Amino acid sequence: MNCQQTRPLIDPYADGEMDAAGILELEKHFHDCPACALAWRNAQNLKKALKQDALFFTAPAELRRTIKAELHSQLKTESRWNVWNWNWLSAATTSVATACLALLLTVTLTRPSAEQRLTQEIVSSNIRSLMANHMLDVVSTDQHTVKPWFNGKLDFSPPVKDLAAQEFPLIGGRLDYIGGHSVAALVFQHRKHVINLFIWPVNGKDSKPASLTPIQGYNVIHWSEADMTFWAVSDLNGKELMDFVQDFAAGETLNP
Amino acid sequence: MDDRERLKFFEQTVLPHLDAAYNLARWLAGNDHDAQDVTQEASLRAFRFFGSFRGENPRAWLLTIVRNTFYNWLKKNRPPEIAGKLDDEALMVEDVSVNAEAVNLRVADAQTVQRAITELPVEFREMIILREMEGFSYKEIAELSDVPIGTVMSRLARARKQLQKLLAGEFTSEEQK
Repeated sequence: MNCQQTRPLIDPYADGEMDAAGILELEKHFHDCPACALAWRNAQNLKKALKQDALFFTAPAELRRTIKAELHSQLKTESRWNVWNWNWLSAATTSVATACLALLLTVTLTRPSAEQRLTQEIVSSNIRSLMANHMLDVVSTDQHTVKPWFNGKLDFSPPVKDLAAQEFPLIGGRLDYIGGHSVAALVFQHRKHVINLFIWPVNGKDSKPASLTPIQGYNVIHWSEADMTFWAVSDLNGKELMDFVQDFAAGETLNP
Repeated sequence: MDDRERLKFFEQTVLPHLDAAYNLARWLAGNDHDAQDVTQEASLRAFRFFGSFRGENPRAWLLTIVRNTFYNWLKKNRPPEIAGKLDDEALMVEDVSVNAEAVNLRVADAQTVQRAITELPVEFREMIILREMEGFSYKEIAELSDVPIGTVMSRLARARKQLQKLLAGEFTSEEQK
């Protein structure tokens, strides 16, 4: 691989859009060519510069209120004329028919497994945590504060790690209720995205490798190790959430 | 699903992404006032078309609507010479492959970076926002902005090259002071 071939691949490489074979060749070239290695460093630094929290604009609270109010008032006017709108009616009929068929198929072909139900429950809990103001019971970026907070509230001690150095800072924790028992929820942030990590103990020493399930626009990653089961959920893309999971698994646990 | 349930479902699935919607609108429109107008119109439009939402990725779905709303707004509110039109073919001709800047780009502060992003043509700017801030894949960006993947890649490459130039210039001029 020469410089001419290497340069256009630097961006896709930085964006995680290259296959393993290409990556090997590219890294070999970086090793041999200082100019391309510099271009690669520059690409990484630019990415870092663009990922600063300060560059992300947050919707003003007033805008949020206006939109909600506007939606609710639309609802009132809409329901009055909707009944007479034939397009709407036929669309509704079709979608009801489709929904019935889908439901029938779902019920007959696939009864949701325990795992699927759990995944759904995790996602719902994640959505609830984002909506109401109950994301955090303990607000702290300090793992030494978050970990003791769980003592006495749970009958197990969840591993608490701060991944600020990996750009996934811990922002706090809360108690949640999943699958019929109390669980620990750790909350991390990546840029403006929130990651909920649910942890509870399981019987048996079996560890389960991480597997990713996209559901309702969120990504869910589930794995088990050392008597604990972990569910990470976020609207981050799959690759970044997987990075988080790997960083968390590799991170140092605070001793109780 | 009756209307009330539909609104509740909308509030649960789509509205959590309002920050992302506003962020995109803010970067595209360039100021808070216009960004609020665009975000509000897009959100209402999203609710009206909520029936077409297939439940896959609510954030990408909402941002598609924000983007369309913005370009409609742009046509109405700003003269075409400002709105401009990018000629991607002309861009392809220009070489983006070699010619590394012999400069060591350091991580610049937010203010400097913000100025540099603002200077990008809007079609480049949106690629940077969607890729770097929202973390969408090339394929998702292509679907969201309705251009081929090749165009996404070339616009991203051009945008980054221009940003590197702007930021490198920033450093040289500051070092000369």
